[in-house]
Amino acid sequence: MSTTGALPLEPAPGLGGEQAETLTRQDRAALRPPWRQPLALVGGGIILFWAVVAIFAPLLAPHPPNLEFGPILAPPSAAYPLGTDELGRDVLSRVIFGARLSLPLAALLVVAAMSIGSLLGAVAGYFGGLVDAIFMRLADLVLAFPGIILALAVAAALGANLVNAVIAVIVVDWPQYARLARSMVLGARSSEYVTSARLLGSSGWRTMWVELRPNIAGPILVLGALDMGNAVILLSGLSFLGLGAQPPTAEWGAMVSEGVANFFNYWIGLFPGLAILTVVLAFNFVGDALRDILDPRTARMLGK
Amino acid sequence: MSPAGLGRFLARRLGIGAVLVVGITLVAFVLTHIVPADPATANLGQRALGDPAIVKAFNHEYGLDKPVVDQYFIYLWKLLHGNFGISEQSHRPVATDLGQYVPATIELALFAIVISVVVGVGLGVLAAVRRGRPVDSVLRVVSLLGVSMPTFWVALFAFYLFFYKLGWLPSGGRLSPGLQPPKEITGLYTVDALLHGQWSLFVNALQHLILPGIVLGIFTVGTVLRFTRASVLEVINNDYVRAARAKGLPEWTVITRHVMRPALLSIATVAGIAFGGLLSGTVLVEKIYSWPGIGQYAYNSAVNLDLPAIMGVSMVVAVIYILINLAVDVLYSVLDPRIELR
Repeated sequence: MSTTGALPLEPAPGLGGEQAETLTRQDRAALRPPWRQPLALVGGGIILFWAVVAIFAPLLAPHPPNLEFGPILAPPSAAYPLGTDELGRDVLSRVIFGARLSLPLAALLVVAAMSIGSLLGAVAGYFGGLVDAIFMRLADLVLAFPGIILALAVAAALGANLVNAVIAVIVVDWPQYARLARSMVLGARSSEYVTSARLLGSSGWRTMWVELRPNIAGPILVLGALDMGNAVILLSGLSFLGLGAQPPTAEWGAMVSEGVANFFNYWIGLFPGLAILTVVLAFNFVGDALRDILDPRTARMLGK
Repeated sequence: MSPAGLGRFLARRLGIGAVLVVGITLVAFVLTHIVPADPATANLGQRALGDPAIVKAFNHEYGLDKPVVDQYFIYLWKLLHGNFGISEQSHRPVATDLGQYVPATIELALFAIVISVVVGVGLGVLAAVRRGRPVDSVLRVVSLLGVSMPTFWVALFAFYLFFYKLGWLPSGGRLSPGLQPPKEITGLYTVDALLHGQWSLFVNALQHLILPGIVLGIFTVGTVLRFTRASVLEVINNDYVRAARAKGLPEWTVITRHVMRPALLSIATVAGIAFGGLLSGTVLVEKIYSWPGIGQYAYNSAVNLDLPAIMGVSMVVAVIYILINLAVDVLYSVLDPRIELR
């Protein structure tokens, strides 16, 4: 990797410079491609499972998600494997249909935050000066708030619905990408390939898109992968607070909040929460493996 | 670091912090004023809304009928005098509300951070010492599990299990109904009760603290664990550690004296970061355990579009955040005198 930008993540399990030659068994394990790492495989499998569930939800779910047909608050049984809620809706079907919201929305908002953040960060790092100062102070301001409190205020101000909740999370989420992109552009700006592109008459924007983008994409994508789980949690958290998906939408966070109202019937909140947990865990498994591979320090141990 | 140097550093950082806070007032103000939602609609009932005179009076009372720019400067001017405005829901000064809610959250967050640092550092050192062994792999999954659990869901199930099923712990609030809070010294009920020597009150407050505190701490245990593991691994292969082992020191002494010292640096950092994460978590946890803290206040003000309260909460939370980061930096130079504060 030619970039000098460090991921704003934890330090790699470091071997000091002098011991860099000796790779332990575990270092080698960490450097295996993701498809050969057990955790990443498990994570990928779970994500694939939920993707299939989301795509084929109408075929897989025994009932429509909002059909109030069954007995009210029935515990899990053969007829209703995950029980029914206070309106007699099938919890299993609602969990299945919930995948259709959480997964695509999380992907959408990570892509949006990633695009906006890395564009602003790259522009700030490349052009410097006033643009840099404005964009980065803006990022500092957002980072001065604990995530969900700012998202809460934005979502409430825009009005409680799922689209606004997504916007709120994007508002909170972009600065980390901006910081990473900026630091990497700063490192690459004075490199020879950028200078030669400039000498060949390439404009600033063209240089950024053609020369810099491919060179900074790797770590940003890893950050995106790590961020997916975070996005699912934030978004479902807003829905849990009643600022995201509105009833009767089958959304996991909103379903857990129905579980709070009926806490003595554990199945209402347990299963949608497990769905969130498995999805987030899967994304973190995959992101974690990717981080090990793309971490500059781990890469150095490979002699690249 | 010389005292004068420290003074200069603090002055500079506090200056930057003050600028940041003004920036935050601006963000919060823009956010809350240039939005489609209307505070009158959120705060007045249906009947009152039908009466233009009442709406007008409401808007006049909270200064909402003036131009937005004027409103901002009026707000800043009042803020300079310690006046956060009047909350539109509680009809009390926001400063009074904050004075009541902030200590509750501080108590909760401190309890949670102590738990997560003790557990996280312990497990992190264990993972580093047993690097590459099964224990390490298990702890890796544990830490990922910790950061992957939705706080609100853990809170719900801890509630279900320990209150509803087992009945070990109270359901929520800071004290059992009917108990008088201790006379205020710090605002932290457990500390105040101890200072007054009120044992049963202390136990009661602690019982109420355990469930929300642990739930809040769980999320950060994973982060602390991983940072500890990584920073211990950074130093564990150093020559001086080998030397300490070679001269026959027991492993426990090597770890606590020679390995933990330098590793404490990163741990201080991560504890600072974790504290920020905790403040986010308080919104969800406080709502479930009806903990009368700033998270719940933030939620109620946001939902009711209580503009002065939202701005007050944002500012207080941001100031806490900034102060914690500052404290971490100062701690840094205390733990490692080679680091210069700039």
